[in-house]
Amino acid sequence: MFKKIILKTLAVYFLFINFIHAAESGGMPQLDPEFWFSQIFWLIITFGILYLVLSKIILPKISDNLETRKSQVLENLELAEKQRNESEAKLKEFDDIILKSKIEAKNLFNESRKNLLDDINNKRQKLEGEIDKEVEIIEAEIEDLKKKSPDKINKIAIETSEDLINQLIGVNVNNSSITAIVNDISSKNKHL
Amino acid sequence: MAANPMTQFNVYRIGPEIKISEIDISFTNASLFMVICTVTILLIFNFGTKKNSIIPDKLQLLGELSYSFVSKMISDTAGTKAKPYFSFIFSLFMFVLFCNMLGMIPYTFTVTSHIIVTFVLAAFIFIGVTIIGFIKHGLGYLKLFVPSGVPLVLLPLIVVIEIISYLSRPISLSVRLFANMMAGHTMMKVFGGFVVSLGIVGGWLPLGFSVALTGLEILVAFLQAYVFAILTCIYLNDALNLHH
Repeated sequence: MFKKIILKTLAVYFLFINFIHAAESGGMPQLDPEFWFSQIFWLIITFGILYLVLSKIILPKISDNLETRKSQVLENLELAEKQRNESEAKLKEFDDIILKSKIEAKNLFNESRKNLLDDINNKRQKLEGEIDKEVEIIEAEIEDLKKKSPDKINKIAIETSEDLINQLIGVNVNNSSITAIVNDISSKNKHL
Repeated sequence: MAANPMTQFNVYRIGPEIKISEIDISFTNASLFMVICTVTILLIFNFGTKKNSIIPDKLQLLGELSYSFVSKMISDTAGTKAKPYFSFIFSLFMFVLFCNMLGMIPYTFTVTSHIIVTFVLAAFIFIGVTIIGFIKHGLGYLKLFVPSGVPLVLLPLIVVIEIISYLSRPISLSVRLFANMMAGHTMMKVFGGFVVSLGIVGGWLPLGFSVALTGLEILVAFLQAYVFAILTCIYLNDALNLHH
């Protein structure tokens, strides 16, 4: 097996040497001038056509397109910048409006609260005044009643005691002595 | 059995023999791949620029990315003065890149693996850059060969070296691209031949190498196109902005 491989390798080595010899004996085809003019002729034609078409038709298109893209990108960038500035200004305006309306709302709130408080105070004062007046009147009345009630009680007491005496004993008692007694008792009660 | 690794570079006639006064300009497989390459580039960029919308689709993005890639490369190396030559350098980069990349597809022909093709491109660039230099600076362009701040004793030597290096520009430019392409494709062919001859038992190692080489070659294909274009820019820079 190994022998075979070694033999084969040797054979290939000799083949390689043969290749080189063949190349040397046959020479490089590149150095054979038979088709040189043909190659020069066709090179000039093909390369000439390539150069003409590329330089006249294709390359201007590419460069135009690159230019338009460049300018468009710049334009778009400018537009975007402008729009950003605009929107920033709008945002500022919006913020200002909100701030202003906040202040306004606060003012309004304060004012209406003040008004309401004033109103309430006024009404309360008025009501309190009225209540005081009525209380005074009633107090005066009560005072009046208080002043008048002992006299009346005395009178009633005198009359009832006169009646009672009349029924019990059947004598008309002197009015003035009854009055004196009643007054004496009532004044004693008063002291109690 | 695998064939000679150089046969992939053979040029053969497709169709009839066309001759203009003893000069053979027949359509060959090399011409076919030049045409395929050109058509592919034009189709891709044509479809890429068809809609030209503000938000690009995939092909349009491809076109725009390659446009800005090349334009950045030019402005980085040659400055703003090189703007009129943008189309040429763009076409050059695309042509070399697509020729290299199409060559990576199996059974295709790699146009740039032929010294004559790369040499014609390099010579055209060399002559063009020299003419531009003389138009922009007149005979003052010769100051390119006289670096400033060199002692007078050394000057004759330096001037000779500078002239030689300037004249070897087209050769180095063309041989770099051609040799890279040829070497890579030859290597891949050789390793592919190993895979076939070692068979199922021993073929795995060269197969792995082949896979790795494919990745490397795709990198080289892009890199060489980039180097070709950027060296063109540097030469153009010398012609436009005389630094010495």
